[in-house]
Amino acid sequence: MGILSTSRMKSPWLLHFDCGSCNGCDIEILAALTPLYDIERFGIVNMGNPKHADVLLVTGPANHRNYRVLRNLYEQMPDPKGVIVVGTCGCTGGVFHNCPNVLGGIDKVIPVDVYVPGCAARPEAIIDGVVLALGKLKAYGK
Amino acid sequence: MSTGWLIGSAVIAVIVAPLIGGLLRGIDRKLTAHMQGRIGPPIVQPFYDVIKLFGKKPMVAGGAQLAFAYAYLALIITAVVFFALRQDLLVVLFILFFGSLCLPIGALSVKSPYSQLGGHRELLQFLAYEPILLLAAIPIAMKAGDFPEGIKFRIADIFTHGQPLLPDLWITFIALLIALAIVMRKSPFDISGSEHAHQELVRGVVTEYSGPYLALIELGHWYEMVLLLSIMGLFWVTGSLWWLSIIIALGSWFIMLVVDNINARLTWSWMLKFAWGAGLSLVALNILFINLGWM
Repeated sequence: MGILSTSRMKSPWLLHFDCGSCNGCDIEILAALTPLYDIERFGIVNMGNPKHADVLLVTGPANHRNYRVLRNLYEQMPDPKGVIVVGTCGCTGGVFHNCPNVLGGIDKVIPVDVYVPGCAARPEAIIDGVVLALGKLKAYGK
Repeated sequence: MSTGWLIGSAVIAVIVAPLIGGLLRGIDRKLTAHMQGRIGPPIVQPFYDVIKLFGKKPMVAGGAQLAFAYAYLALIITAVVFFALRQDLLVVLFILFFGSLCLPIGALSVKSPYSQLGGHRELLQFLAYEPILLLAAIPIAMKAGDFPEGIKFRIADIFTHGQPLLPDLWITFIALLIALAIVMRKSPFDISGSEHAHQELVRGVVTEYSGPYLALIELGHWYEMVLLLSIMGLFWVTGSLWWLSIIIALGSWFIMLVVDNINARLTWSWMLKFAWGAGLSLVALNILFINLGWM
């Protein structure tokens, strides 16, 4: 494994976007930043800027209101990048499935690499999902 | 000191400065995490970050932005070279200032509102710390030249000057600590783009820089930090206790860490008042005392 792919594995910067979630999953994502889980020990940093991010973390179902914002954020992220959907709503639409204002899962709008199910997803599951997404970053350019 | 030895030390400085800077940033993140009850990333984490950034696909918002990113790094490396060659302290500072100015100019060349706001705030930070550094060169030069016999701005003269500077210039040293906190973007002065990820300006002055260009700026920031800490070290470079310069440089770096962790971010107007009010008057007081022969 070259030094570049090692560095990619060791330094995934996250961008967190709430697509209309109930905030349950968002609270769990932020819990991963607390001293109990401390994701920074894996080099994971929660970035506020799509241009610096490697991994897009989306919660909530895609809807007509904000799917353009979601696609815009995805396109602003430079390659290599990965997308993780956190929570049942983001995976399939969840309890909002077939609502007139909801498109469904996030994969209706942008390509998704990892699905983390759960209502709400546990911080351990979210960290596990990020580790899975690292496989894609590692394989980039090979 | 021979010319060959000086050129050799300049080459070593250019190679070693980013290694020291990156390592200091890594230890900074580790210590900060421990102060907050976390484990924190490995010490070499900043190197992983920068190598990863160099491997990202380049995305550019405007050509001028890139020119200023390269200029920022190149000018700060030039300042480090001049410092290692023990040239005029004022020349080192002016090159450093011009390099630092490239960052806000690059940010202002893009239309993004966050970048614009970050650029303006970076200019305000510049306005706060630049006069302190420039004015601080005067008491240093007065002491190096044994005022009132003369004033010597060359760094080489500080090395050949018999007495260490700190006992006479401790007031200036305190003022320089304020400037150091602003240059290192530590709380309470991290208004233009904090070293930490999250804040109201997204990433302020570096919002529009991504991938390899962000890595260039990060490298430049490491050089800048090491240069500033070396200037702090100048306060005790002579005599048998020359190694105290390293202790002083690392000590002032550690003070910055503690200050960062016990402070919240404050407003730019407070920063300007504090930097000009406390910083400039401390240096002015030191110059007055030297003139009166008290120090």
